[in-house]
Amino acid sequence: MQKLKVLSLPYLVWMFIFILVPIIMVAFFAFTNNEGALTMENISDVGQYANIFIRSIWLAIIATAICLVLSYPLAYILSRIDKHKQSTMLMIVMLPMWMNFLLRTYAWMTLLGNNGIINNLLELIGIGPLKLINTSGAVVLGMVYNYLPFMILPLYSVMEKIDKSVIEAANDLGCNSFKVLFKVIVPLSLPGIVSGITMVFVPAISTFIISRMLGGGSNLLIGDLIEMQFLGNAYNPHLGAAISLVLMAIILVIMTVMNQFSPDDQVLI
Amino acid sequence: MKKLSKAYIGLILMFLYVPIFVLIVFSFNETKSRSVFSGFTLDWYARLFNNDIIISSLINTIIIAVLASIVSTILGTLAAIGINSMKKVPKALVMNITNIPIINPEIVTGVSLMLLFVFFAARMNVEFGFVTLLIAHITFDVPYVILNIMPKFKQMDPNLFEAAQDLGCSPMQAFRKVILPEIMPGVISGFLMAFTYSLDDFVISYFTSGSTSQTLPITIYSMTRRKVSPEINALSTLIFIAVVIVLIVKNVIENKQNKKNSLYRRS
Repeated sequence: MQKLKVLSLPYLVWMFIFILVPIIMVAFFAFTNNEGALTMENISDVGQYANIFIRSIWLAIIATAICLVLSYPLAYILSRIDKHKQSTMLMIVMLPMWMNFLLRTYAWMTLLGNNGIINNLLELIGIGPLKLINTSGAVVLGMVYNYLPFMILPLYSVMEKIDKSVIEAANDLGCNSFKVLFKVIVPLSLPGIVSGITMVFVPAISTFIISRMLGGGSNLLIGDLIEMQFLGNAYNPHLGAAISLVLMAIILVIMTVMNQFSPDDQVLI
Repeated sequence: MKKLSKAYIGLILMFLYVPIFVLIVFSFNETKSRSVFSGFTLDWYARLFNNDIIISSLINTIIIAVLASIVSTILGTLAAIGINSMKKVPKALVMNITNIPIINPEIVTGVSLMLLFVFFAARMNVEFGFVTLLIAHITFDVPYVILNIMPKFKQMDPNLFEAAQDLGCSPMQAFRKVILPEIMPGVISGFLMAFTYSLDDFVISYFTSGSTSQTLPITIYSMTRRKVSPEINALSTLIFIAVVIVLIVKNVIENKQNKKNSLYRRS
């Protein structure tokens, strides 16, 4: 078996050049200036954008919470229907995820627009037109719409494994449905909750497309900030690298905290 | 309770599908209005097929996805076999680094590769375009291939490889006849995953593509930035139909396999 180690050599070289070196370069850029001298300036400059960081974290938390609340009952219902119907139902739920997320976000752009369908309907019944697009609400809606399947899938895959007889046993032993939920189903589905939260939170906090398409110019997120430093007018890769580094640190902290809730060694990505 | 469940599923499905159906309906709209349907037309589809930028970026996307998924499947399969035979500590180290592109936000992977390519571009004659795009795609594809294959080794008897050699196989034969068939399901699912991720990727491509080599998602993005064009609706409709067909075919194949397997088990 030992001889087989050689086979991984091409990948190890690739991994070093294209995964490890780029990440080290991000760290290097974050702590240097244009002349290549060591500096803490970029990191301390990130502090100026505290409001954008707080907004990103806040909107991502709201979107993640809404995804969890919407997905939990759905995943449970899906996991309890007939086995042969399950795969078809799951396919129908996951199908929109296979469309490119730009198109999914574009769909909401046209729905929420000032002359969009929703505003036209609202006018018919006498309300509005309301300002729907270019609000932080629209950004949260975009996040929920795009990342909902990322919450449904891990929840469904843990709930599917919960044996029906466990729930029946809890009922027989005198639990009401409320108690069954909090004493049996929630603890057993905890790994799914943890992985669903990280799978929604990470893309939500780092998005720049959703905020740009649905949030207008007034709802900048961390992702927009990074993008502006690398491809925008504000070209400053050193600051962009520093912001990326802080973003990675925030995500690392949150994932470490989340993994505390995951029982034993089931650390999920 | 049953009715409530059905109503709930219905509501969620409405939330998921209504935006897409509105998009589809307005792809047949005569005017550019996004709220009033004034008449049926197939004009936008005709324009779509005559739009050189869209067609060329579609071809480019497919070429990149095919190449990236093939290269990453080969690279990843060899890597998985090698990593599996490593000792505990180096194995954990390599797997942790492999996880970086999966855990990291896409935008960070994108800008980190961009920094690397800028560095190369300044020193060697590398330009942003097809090559950088392909390298970026392979880089985020390989970890998925490896993660799809690794669990297959856990189900495999570690002595099989040596047993095959004891029975007269050369190492190459043992690899082909013993290891490969065992991990094949993981290789295939890894390949398919890499392919779909490549087709769909926007964020990483956006930072690594430059202006010469665009993928379809990048073209879609620049179309949404400019004025409204129902061509996007037409494109969405076609993509939606393609996705539905692919998923139905996949479902039918899986159901057939399941039936075959259960028959096999019974006999």
